[in-house]
Amino acid sequence: MNTILKMAWRNIWRNKRRTILMMFSILIAIVLSLFTRSMQKGTYANMIDNVVKLSTGYIQIHKKGYWDNKSINETFVETTKLRRLLAGDKNLTLTIPRLESFALTSSGKRTKGAVIIGTDPELEDSLNHYSKKIIRGKYFKSGDKAVLVSDKLAEFLQLGVGDTLVLIGQGYHGITAAGKYPIKGIFHFPIPQLDNQLIIMPLEESQYFYAAPNRITSISLMLNNPGNMDKTITMLREKLGADYEVMPWQEMNREMVQAIESDNVGGIIMLAILYMVIGFGVFGTVMMMTMERRKEFAIMIAVGMKKTKLLTMVVWETIFIGVVAILAGLLITYPMLLYLFYHPIPLTGDLASYMIAFGAEPILPFSLNPDIFIIQTISVIIISIIAVIYPLSVLLRFDVLKAMRS
Amino acid sequence: MSIITTKNLEKIYNESIVPVHAINNISLSFEKGEFTAIVGPSGCGKTTLLNLLGGLDKPTSGEVFIDGINLTEFSSNKIINFRLRNIGFVFQAYNLIPVLTAKENVEFIMELQGIPKQKREERVVHLLEQVGLKERMNNRPGELSGGQQQRVAVARALASKPKFVLADEPTANLDSTSTGNLLDIMLKLNEMENTTFIFATHDSRVMKRARRIITLDDGKVVQDENIKQNMKKQVNPADEN
Ligand SMILES: Nc1ncnc2c1ncn2[C@@H]1O[C@H](COP(=O)(O)OP(=O)(O)OP(=O)(O)O)[C@@H](O)[C@H]1O
Ligand SMILES: [Mg+2]
Repeated sequence: MNTILKMAWRNIWRNKRRTILMMFSILIAIVLSLFTRSMQKGTYANMIDNVVKLSTGYIQIHKKGYWDNKSINETFVETTKLRRLLAGDKNLTLTIPRLESFALTSSGKRTKGAVIIGTDPELEDSLNHYSKKIIRGKYFKSGDKAVLVSDKLAEFLQLGVGDTLVLIGQGYHGITAAGKYPIKGIFHFPIPQLDNQLIIMPLEESQYFYAAPNRITSISLMLNNPGNMDKTITMLREKLGADYEVMPWQEMNREMVQAIESDNVGGIIMLAILYMVIGFGVFGTVMMMTMERRKEFAIMIAVGMKKTKLLTMVVWETIFIGVVAILAGLLITYPMLLYLFYHPIPLTGDLASYMIAFGAEPILPFSLNPDIFIIQTISVIIISIIAVIYPLSVLLRFDVLKAMRS
Repeated sequence: MSIITTKNLEKIYNESIVPVHAINNISLSFEKGEFTAIVGPSGCGKTTLLNLLGGLDKPTSGEVFIDGINLTEFSSNKIINFRLRNIGFVFQAYNLIPVLTAKENVEFIMELQGIPKQKREERVVHLLEQVGLKERMNNRPGELSGGQQQRVAVARALASKPKFVLADEPTANLDSTSTGNLLDIMLKLNEMENTTFIFATHDSRVMKRARRIITLDDGKVVQDENIKQNMKKQVNPADEN
């Protein structure tokens, strides 16, 4: 066995240039796909992170049916029992109750529909950092009878800090909701669709406005370990029963999940094509290596080497080529990815504003998800298997005499 | 008892298209310790006969017995194992595994036989010494001359302690000095260790030193002479059929 390994190792170096070329092509494929995959996965993770933090959280609890019919009537009371249940789960780092609904807002001649989010100022800030997004005025605190208005909406209404805003809407069970609120601060929200219609007020104030004391539309949950999300969801569903719906972020952000999925499939297909091209290149080379050595194989069999041993040798040859290439590929790429993981490439220009518009940080993030590396290894193994098919078939019906005479 | 006996051996190539009668009813026997040349014009069937004796090819009809064992009854995998343990081969060229050194080439056969490392080591050195290449044992075939490579091939053929060695034109690619050298070595091994050698050859230098010369023509034995005893035995082709 030892000698077989030795022979295989030396055989691959018989034609150094060809072997290096073959390894190099595998290596290029590995480096290329590691980079693109790491970038793709990194971007996805970043998008998910953004949407989870800025909008939905990992999990939301609603009254059953709220998501399909987002009405002020589909609210629920945040009971002590519920609070205790959430406080007892170690996987939850943050639970934010919100009351979200619509209202008409006006000032002078201008009127516009707005999204009103009633939330706890302190809790909300620890997640969304609104206080840092304030461009004029100040952030608010619990008990304030004031609102924060998003930049574009304030511009549209031609209002500034200290001005008064009129809100009219429909409250709980059809009661008319109306109120006047001073603007305490104006903030810039990174998602443009929301930046022109967002108003934030303290939770109790919004409950009062909508005549829905103690009622909320959702509780957003942040997790310690997102990997255990499914477990937490199952637990919550079990404990909360049929009156509530417990939704993961994927369900609440279907469009983004689909966009990620199709982009991901596109990336995988590109790499599959790349690997197929490389695979056939390797196949061709291994085929040549086998053809050239028919006479040598014949003599080995003639002097008493079993075909299975020869086969083992050829298999080892491709394994060596694959292993050397993949090790080299990982050794080259990993440190670079590691660096990029901690120092993502900052983006500028159009791309950057595009990303800011979508609420993402303008960076090109990289991922070090082990899956990326595992997939590459599997790909190279598949290439090796393809490459070994030819020598295998040759050796299985090898005619010693014919090979010797040729 | 003879180590090899053939009985009415026939080999017909391309039976269905244009049949070539490469071996035509040959019955021969070879004794232990022979140093025999099989000669004859090109295409007379020398290689075919050696291949049949070595179990590299199957006869169309007839049998080959080695020490009383019928080779023609073996399966192909069994025959590889049988060759490994009983028959040494030297071919015209490309004998050696190019990526192994002289020493490793010889040792490899013994490794295949399952001989323990310690024993292999001793025997390799001994064999390479006998073919005069102990100093070059760590060179690869590409670093050795054609004659030296053939000497390593002889050492390798003997590594398995075979019952006999078959050599198909072993000197065809060698100059006279290397040929003489190789023949000296093989004769020495033949005399000292009673190793049986059977050659197929065109080479008059080999014929001169053979002790038995079997002449083929058109797949038949036309002459079988024993040089040592200086006794010529003419085979009458008419008797054969
Ligand atoms: N695989 C084959 N198919 C068809 N005919 C073959 C085959 N192998 C050998 N022959 C024919 O059988 C005959 C004997 O061939 P063989 O190779 O045994 O001759 P040889 O005596 O070794 O010749 P040389 O001295 O040229 O090596 C020749 O006529 C050859 O053409
Ligand atoms: Mg021949």
